[in-house]
Formats: sequence, C-alpha cells, structure tokens
Amino acid sequence: MNYFKQDLASLHADLVAKKMSSQELTQATFDNIKATDPKIDAFLALNEDAALEQAAKIDAAGIKDDQPLAGIPVAIKDNIVTKGLTTTAASKILANFKPVYDATATQKLADAQMVTVGKTNLDEFAMGGSTETSAFKQTKNAWDQTKVPGGSSGGSAAAVASGQVVAALGTDTGGSIRQPASFNGVVGMKPTYGRVSRWGLIAFGSSLDQIGPLTRGVKDNATILSAIAGHDDHDLTSSDQAVPDFARDLNDAASVKGLRIGLPKEFLADGVDADVKAAILAAADTYRKLGATVDEVSLPHNKYGVAAYYIIASSEASSNLQRFDGIRYGYRAQDVKNLEDVYVKSRSEGFGDEVKRRIMLGTFSLSAGFYDAYFLKAAKVRTVIINDFKAVLKDHDFIMGPVAPTPAFDLGAELQDPITMYMNDILTIPVNLAGLPGLSLPAGFSHNLPVGMQLIGRPFDESTLYKAGYVFEQNTDFHLQVPTLGGQN
Amino acid sequence: MNFETTIGLEVHIELKTNSKIFSPSPVAYGADPNANTNVIDWGYPGVLPTTNKGVVADGIIAALALHATVEKHTHFDRKNYFYPDNPKAYQITQSDKPIGHDGWVEIDVDGVKKKIGISEMHIEEDAGKNTHERDYSYVDLNRQGTPLIEIVSKPDIASPAEAYAYLEALRQRIQFTGISDVKMEEGSMRVDVNISVRPVGQEKFGTKTELKNLNSFNYVQRGLEYEEKRQQQVLMSGGAVQQETRRFDEKTGETILMRVKAGADDYRYFPEPDLPALNISDDWIKELNDAMPEMPTKRRERYVNELGLTDYDAMVITQTKEMSDFFDATVALKADPKMAANYLQGDVNAYLNDNHVDLQATQLTPANLAGMINLITDGTISSKMAKKVFKAITNGEEPKAFVEKHGLVQLSDPAKLQPIIDDVLQANPQSIEDFNNGKKRAVGFLVGQIMKQTHGQANPQVVNKLLMTALQQ
Repeated sequence: MNYFKQDLASLHADLVAKKMSSQELTQATFDNIKATDPKIDAFLALNEDAALEQAAKIDAAGIKDDQPLAGIPVAIKDNIVTKGLTTTAASKILANFKPVYDATATQKLADAQMVTVGKTNLDEFAMGGSTETSAFKQTKNAWDQTKVPGGSSGGSAAAVASGQVVAALGTDTGGSIRQPASFNGVVGMKPTYGRVSRWGLIAFGSSLDQIGPLTRGVKDNATILSAIAGHDDHDLTSSDQAVPDFARDLNDAASVKGLRIGLPKEFLADGVDADVKAAILAAADTYRKLGATVDEVSLPHNKYGVAAYYIIASSEASSNLQRFDGIRYGYRAQDVKNLEDVYVKSRSEGFGDEVKRRIMLGTFSLSAGFYDAYFLKAAKVRTVIINDFKAVLKDHDFIMGPVAPTPAFDLGAELQDPITMYMNDILTIPVNLAGLPGLSLPAGFSHNLPVGMQLIGRPFDESTLYKAGYVFEQNTDFHLQVPTLGGQN
Repeated sequence: MNFETTIGLEVHIELKTNSKIFSPSPVAYGADPNANTNVIDWGYPGVLPTTNKGVVADGIIAALALHATVEKHTHFDRKNYFYPDNPKAYQITQSDKPIGHDGWVEIDVDGVKKKIGISEMHIEEDAGKNTHERDYSYVDLNRQGTPLIEIVSKPDIASPAEAYAYLEALRQRIQFTGISDVKMEEGSMRVDVNISVRPVGQEKFGTKTELKNLNSFNYVQRGLEYEEKRQQQVLMSGGAVQQETRRFDEKTGETILMRVKAGADDYRYFPEPDLPALNISDDWIKELNDAMPEMPTKRRERYVNELGLTDYDAMVITQTKEMSDFFDATVALKADPKMAANYLQGDVNAYLNDNHVDLQATQLTPANLAGMINLITDGTISSKMAKKVFKAITNGEEPKAFVEKHGLVQLSDPAKLQPIIDDVLQANPQSIEDFNNGKKRAVGFLVGQIMKQTHGQANPQVVNKLLMTALQQ
C-alpha cells in the first residue's frame, strides 16, 4: 500500500469510504517502519499488538465523517508518557519504564481514535539538537543518512519525513520541534506556551516546554493541534483560551494580502548560511508578491537569548530531574552501600554526559551566592526579550526568519562541541523564552538538504501562522518533495 | 554576669483539608502505607501539581488570625534536597513571598502582657515518612503533600515561659479558626526551637542551638530552660556556644548533642514554574475575614466583663473553640454563666479526659447542660441529684424528662416537708434535748433522718430552715 503522499484528509476519506480499513493502514505502517527504520532509526519502541487491536476496534465501530483522525496512525516522542507503553525519554535511567497513566495530549489523540504506533527517538530528556545524546540509538536524517535529523524531536521529524507516519508529536523547549522539522523538510509547530497541556510530558524546562505536532503539510498540522490543544485541569499553566478549528480556514480563500510581516535583521546576520539566507529572502519575496508587506525589524536582545535560555532551562532541569533518584522507579545502581550511594551511583550511571552537563550548569546557577548573577539575571533578560517581540508584534502580524542557521550537519560533527551545538538554537530559543507560537515549514533546499522557514506569531495566534504557512505552501512546491529511502514508495 | 535570652520558634501546622495541597489524594490517617497516594504524590515522570484553593484560603485565614499582612501577589517556590520521603527531591513551599508576614500574638505570663511578633507564615507540602525495619527501609507517601502552614516568630521571645505562652496563644487562635486540630500529640502541630543567650548589653545575638524531640509545650519549656542554663554556664566558664542541634531527653530533662552544623544548607530555592503566581483579591480576603469566628482573647474579655467569670475560668473555657462555643450556647439558653463555666471545667472536662474524647464527639448538648443547670437554679433538683442527671445527659438524655421519669424532683414545698419533720422530731426526743444542750451535731443527725424519709429528695436548704425554726420553738 502506498499512502506516502496522502494527507490526513485523504486518509480519512479512504477510511470512511472503506477503501481501506484502519487495520490495513496500521499494518502497512508497521511494514513501512520495519522496512525503513533500519536506515533512519526513528523509533525506540513499537506498539504493534495494542495498535492493531485498537485499529480492529475502530474498524468494528465504523469511522464517521466527523472523526477526522479516527483510525489513523500517529507516532509519539518518547518523552511523552503513554500508559503501558515504554517511555524512556531516551535515557538509561528510564529504560523499560512503563507509565501507569497517559499524557493529556496522547489521551486526546486516543479520544480522537488515532492509533499510537510507537515511540520516537530524541536527545536524552530532550537535551540536544541532533538526537545524538539518546542513550539508545542514533536517528539519521531522512534525506541523507550521514546527517543528523536535528533534535531533540529527531525521531518524530525523521519518521514523518520518511513517510513512516503521517503525523507525530514532538516537544519543543528551545527549538526541538522546529529545528528537526526544518532539517527533515516537514512542518512543525511549537504552540504558544499554555496552548497544549504539559501533563504527561516529562519535564525538561517547565516554563519553556510545549508539545506540538510534526506533519508533512500545514493543514495536517493544524488539524492535530486542534485535537491536542486546550485547557487541562491537570496543568495550571495551560490556558483557557478557546481552541479554534485551526484547519477550517485553510482553503483557496486563504490569503496574506494586507498582512504586515517583520523580518528581523538579527535573523539574517553573520553565521547564517548563505543558502538559508537566500531561501528566507526568496520566501519574503513570495509573501510580497502575494500582497503582504515585509519590513526589516529588529530584535536587539536576541543575541542574549541563548545564554539566558541555558541558565533558565538548565536550572529548571536540574530540579526536574532530581526525581530520578533510583528510589521509586527507573534505573538503580547495584553494589551500593548506603543511601548516598543509591543517589550518586544511580544518577552517575543512569544519565548521559549532556544531561549531567546541564544538571551541573543549572545546579550552579541556582546556588547560594550565584543565584542573583545567573538565574535572576537570566530571568530579567527573558523579560527584555519578551518586550522585543511585543514591540515588533504590535504592528506586525507575524515575524519570519530561518529556523536554524544551517541545514542538517554531519553526524558527530558538533557532539563534542556543546557551544556550537547550543548556538544552533539561537533563532528558536527566544520564541520559547517569550512563550510565543513558532511554525517551521519547508522553504528551500541547500545541497539536497531541506531548509526551513520559521513564522513567529502573537500569543495564541497560531491561526495566522497556519494561514501564512498554508498560503506559502500553495505557492511553492518545497513540501511536495520527498526523500527517497526505498521501501515506502 | 547577666544574660538575656532570645528564642525563635518555627511552628508547623497541619491543615484539616479533605485533599492534599497539590494533588487530589485524600488527607486521612490510619490508611495502609501508600494507600492515599497517586502519580503526583509519587513524583512520577510527567506529573504536575495543581493548587488546592482551600489551602490558600487557610493560609489567608491564618494570616488574619495572627494579625499578619496578607501578601496579595504571592507564588510558590521549590526547595531542593534529596531524601527518600521527598519523591520529587524538592518541596513546594514559599520562600521570597510568603502568604502572610509581620503578624503578632499577645501573650500573658504571670499577668504581664507582651506582643510577640511573627515574621512570616507560608504554605507548603509535607513530606512522606521513612520507616526502618531490620535491614530494610520503607517509604510511605500517605503524608506526602499534606498541607502545612509554617509560622516563624520574630526574635521577641525572651524566656522559656514566654515560649510556652506563645505556643499556647498560637495554638488557641489557630484552633479557633478551625483550619487545623493543632494537636502536638497527633502531629498536627510541630515545633522547631532555637535559642541563644548573650550578655545583657551585647548587640549581636549569641550563637544559637536548635532543639529537637520536643513533643509537648511542657517539653519545649523544659528543654529551653535546660538549654538556657547550659549556654549561660558555657559562657560563664569562658567557653563558646557551638552552632549545633541538640535532642531533648524526656527522662532526664537534659539536651544532648546530635550534630554540629557546618554552614547553612543550600536548598537552591527558585520560583515553582509549574504553578502560576497567586493573585489574592481584596474581596476574597474580606470574605474570609467576615467569616472569621470571634478569637479567644475577645471572648475572654466578654466572659469577664459581661458574664462575670474570673480570668482563670475564662481562660479554661477558651482552651478550644468547641468548649467556648458550647459555653456561649449554654449561656444563651439562660443557664447561669458561672455554673455553666464550673460544669464545663469540672464534670465535662473530667468526662472528656476519662473517655479520651473531644467535646464535639460526645452526646452532650448545650440545650441539655443548660436544662440541667436551670433545674438546679430553680430548685427542682439538688446538686447531688445533678450528678445522676449529668450522667444521663452524657448519654444524650433530656434532663427534665430524665428527672421526671426517675422521680428525682426535689421536695421543696414546706407544706409537704413540715409533717415529715414533725414526725422525725417526735421520734427523736433525745436529739432535741442534745440540741438544746448545745450539741450542734444533733442537727446533722436529724437532717439525715429527714433525707432518709424522703429518699434523698428533700431540698436541704428548705429542710434546714424548717428544722431550725421547729427546734428553736
């Protein structure tokens, strides 16, 4: 079965018309994953028996018109808990961990009768930008298996790009949905902070983390976001803002005419690859031709974002990850003599280098005598960055720019150089610090590798981003190009 | 050398809420280990806390009851430390913006009144419990997430007796708000104590020691008294007090070194990112303030000034809100206040102590106590008969019905008593002669005979009066 170029709507139409059953679709998905995953290693765990059983139930009940996601397979990043299905956050400390509850986002997909086919690889605890810090396997870029898939949602991005699944959930703390989407030529949305419940998302930086969809097209992305968004009594940081049907207005009438777009000069500064710059300038021209205005704007404090982010995210992470102590669940070191041994050995053996680096960084930033100079200072910088965005978005409908300074880089190239790796996030991090929505979508190619464009919107205005992304898609063909992995097409 | 003492008290009060502060698990005692827990209490991956609004309300109530300023823009913080009973390895508490600050309570030590300042009070979660058996340690998380209020005193307490009075004042005021049982013996009130002494005139505080294992107000006072003397002796002998934690030994009344403190712990406090800041409205504060019951100090003034109780009676009656409410309700039913106070302090308290129950758990009602007291004051029953009636009202019986049913009505009618007295006098001429010869004891014997004839129902006062009249004729 070939459904590589189908979107959610066409899969749904086929299921309703009984051209195929959910069981057939789900089985084909597993066949597809088994054929292609040896090349890209996107999945950490497959949910084969339970998924096929669920698909059979859905088939038996019948799929109706008003169930746009029913019976369609989806993949979940492995730092989102799934009841009864191993959830590791790609860490040895949670190897074989089977949660007893579901995240709100996965529960909502289950309520919409999507079929969870498996858990995708990531950087350990989502800490990284290449999925290379995973304790279990190295995911490869769907377009070139010598390149990184980006990260931390590298598994989800590669799975969608390679046609293994039509949609996947990722998480984004500093760019972890948008950057791998950009590296793999797919669409990724980091929703406004508070748009999607974090209940069941294994916390990294609690004030920054958001769950969001990765898909091949903008409309599919909008459909999934509508399904997972909304206030949740389990998460007091989730917003009670009404959730629109984001996909509803994505049709021929959608237009960017009259919209004002800001293009920050800092986003095209030195360090941004020439091909990336060219792709964004071309995209700006496309928008101008479609009746929008694109102004050069400035986010003067953008350059402090990375420093502030690594203090805030690491501080929160140092506290969030303390619960992995070897006492109640997860990895516990053997050969321990006392309680301190349990803590020190379990955590020393259970966590990887990057996680330890950030725990130390965060612990230091929060320590007595350093708190004011680091954590508090970073919190102040965060406010300044928020104000930068506010100023631009006051008279601009959204901001456009690159997602990452470069296309996907070589496997292993930056792993030993944390600072270079951290600087990759310079264009995505400020969006998390400001809690704004950010959409990443295909906007070009550089040496046969995809280049992504980032659209940044006002709080809770994902609609404008989806509309602008959809219009861009309708007038370009980047999203129609697919990698050739064999097996699936 | 003369010394002055500075005592600091940190009091933890367990709130009486149905569910925990950050999870919907029930707060209840006596359950099997870990029965009252869920994924939040376990510190499971991916879980988030949600704030129990009732705990915030209780924090505001405590602040109001202790004359503190309610912090309207407050938030929670994380206090980070590893321990098996602390599943997240951080406690959600309040650090830089506690819900209440700058309060005070008034104490009275031997008639001297003094205000003791409260620097702050904050709401936070309790930890679980570790137990150790043979080679194993066990963790019970039932208590994890139980809501607490921590109340920190200003360095105003200058003696162990003041510390005792402060704790009692605090206990009473909190008890009257109803937000906690505040019972040290049940762990719903816990006290951490520190004390330092310095020569009079020295500006800098002395080095303080912390005391542990103080499980009653008495032990707090005794432990502090011992420690005060010990520190004075150390200084007088030219030594220096160490910053250390000491354990109070209940048997010897001494404090014993547990550990020397080397520098302060670093808990790496920072704002809890999982919980939005709390914005407390003036309307909410007003609503809670309006619903606040009359505090014990106010009630004592009223009892002494309006109802004529002694200071001591007023103090005993206001030990608990239940007792004080019971008293008010009894007096409202026209019972004599002094008698009501006497019964509550005497028979009622004895009954509660003998049966180890709280007033509200008994079948005693203000209506029945007032009914009994009114039967005594109108002469229907004697105070001796009242003993039986009291027993009956502890079983929920209505006093008037009980008295009638058991024929306990006192014989006070002179017309009915006179013939009986005449009969007894006629039958005991010797006693009359004894009386006339100045032997007063004869009266007692004659009264006894009359009581015997009336099966104890004769009103002794009326009998006495009639008998004396007859004898003196």
